Amino acid sequence: MGKAFRYGDNVDTDVIIPARYLTTTDEKELAAHALEDLDPTFVERVKPGDIVVAGKNFGCGSSREHAPVAIKGAGVAGVVASSYARIFFRNAINTGLPIIECPEAVAAISDGDEVTIDAEAGVVRNETTGEEFKGEQLPDFVMDIVKAGGLVEWVRSKNT
Amino acid sequence: MPSTITEKILARAAGRDEVSAGEIVTCKVDLAMANDVTAPSAADAFRRMGVPDVWDKHKIALVASHFVPAKDIATAKLMTRMRQFANEYDIEHFFEVGRGGIEHILLPEEALTLPGQVVIGADSHSCTYGALGCFSTGVGSTDLGAVFATGEIWLKVPETMKIVYTGAPGEWVMGKDLILSVIGRIGDDGASYMAMEHTGEGIGHLSMDSRLTLTNMAIEAGAKSGIVPPDATTLDYVRTRQEIMGRPNDFEVFHSDEDAHFDKVIEVDLNTVEPMIAQPSLPSLSIPVSTVERRKVDQVFLGSCTNARIEDLRMAAHVLGDRSIAPTVRLTVIPATQRVWKQANEEGLLDLFASAGASVSTPTCGACLGAHMGVVGPGEVCVSTSNRNYVGRMGDPTAQVYLANPAVAMAAAVAGEIVHPDEITSAPAQAVLTGG
Repeated sequence: MGKAFRYGDNVDTDVIIPARYLTTTDEKELAAHALEDLDPTFVERVKPGDIVVAGKNFGCGSSREHAPVAIKGAGVAGVVASSYARIFFRNAINTGLPIIECPEAVAAISDGDEVTIDAEAGVVRNETTGEEFKGEQLPDFVMDIVKAGGLVEWVRSKNT
Repeated sequence: MPSTITEKILARAAGRDEVSAGEIVTCKVDLAMANDVTAPSAADAFRRMGVPDVWDKHKIALVASHFVPAKDIATAKLMTRMRQFANEYDIEHFFEVGRGGIEHILLPEEALTLPGQVVIGADSHSCTYGALGCFSTGVGSTDLGAVFATGEIWLKVPETMKIVYTGAPGEWVMGKDLILSVIGRIGDDGASYMAMEHTGEGIGHLSMDSRLTLTNMAIEAGAKSGIVPPDATTLDYVRTRQEIMGRPNDFEVFHSDEDAHFDKVIEVDLNTVEPMIAQPSLPSLSIPVSTVERRKVDQVFLGSCTNARIEDLRMAAHVLGDRSIAPTVRLTVIPATQRVWKQANEEGLLDLFASAGASVSTPTCGACLGAHMGVVGPGEVCVSTSNRNYVGRMGDPTAQVYLANPAVAMAAAVAGEIVHPDEITSAPAQAVLTGG
């Protein structure tokens, strides 16, 4: 269970991790600047297990994989959004950041609500209100990659 | 079954007779590209995948573009990691600083991206190559590492949004204005996960340079890819580049069937499109520049994979003429590639810009992503020919960025505020456009 950090539509990868920090690929260094240009206090307030909840087109813009890496590195247990930009979606799956697409849940979660998620089952539960939501089911093919633990492990498993 | 051009290309690459929108297919990749920001992580991911060698050292392009020449020690290290990978695996197409430029302008020049191909790039603007009639899309580093290892990628076959252009572009109207006006209509996620197919008789009026701008910003509408079905202009361009580069590789030309399924069809009458400007801080906040509020400008950036080809520099030079940059404005001009730089130099454009008070630089993505070479400060107003005006994209989060074509950008540099190019000069502009 974690606290919801609630944001709006079109949270782009430039605000998730500004290009001025792309000089590194280190997860910890990136995590120190997660969401900095959207919410400068995010990094000091976020605790392990917290959830980012946002509107449509989450992760739009640049293909930088540093974006899901920074969010995950900050301790975030998963992202619930109304919809995802496609490159961010792939990057999150590939790097093991749990994501759920569920506009109904997003509409029913306020900033600070206690939320639990089960990304494999696509279930979002707002513990504050007691409501439960079922998100979009991932395609089987994509679920295979998630279950393998990410794309690196998936490719490894195919080659051994 | 009737198919779109995108379905036909993906079917070919998947070794299938046909595929249809919505299904997940595994495609063979014809070219895999990464730059100095994404290649180091792609190389790391590849190494962790446990395969002894890359799938094909001739089908990988590594391009130094984003933080080049290195702006500090950290970015020098990124370049070193990319260079080491290129050396270790004997990558044929490695473009060092000073020998390449921005990948999305460079690879078509090099005749490495061809009609009918599947091109996968670890950069979101990899959709640009679709102007040549190929399927091309952006991915992250781990996806690209998997392509290095296997030569394949899984893709969901996209639905297609067909955009039909009629009429002919008016004065000052370039590819940028077409795509800004489309994004203004459909929104920042208006083509989410879709292929944007640009078609209709109006496309015939557009030069290759303008078409590359059109497909470049597919990602700003959330699209997976942008594509222009090949016509005489495309084939002339591709064959010319192949001849110059000595790369006469075969390629296949596809077109959509007339009765193919298009998820959405929109029409654009080019006769009604005006020079556009996207207001802070989303590309979808695009309106005709004739209706935008006049505003003092601190910086103008003429560069990026969107608008730094020779046509763009010629158009900017046309507006500038023998005028000077307004004393209150900083203008930075960054030609996209070494080739564009040299051509602009030969044509006297770089000297014209520099003499007017512009800083003219070596090819790099630079200011577009707030990396270096013109980062904008707190509260500053910038007119940029690039592709994104998101909060903090070009520098400080309080900066205000407008996106426009090179004529509008140069008009702002000369006037010191956002104005229509008509206010600077009435000299006919369409003749400047290489295809027009």
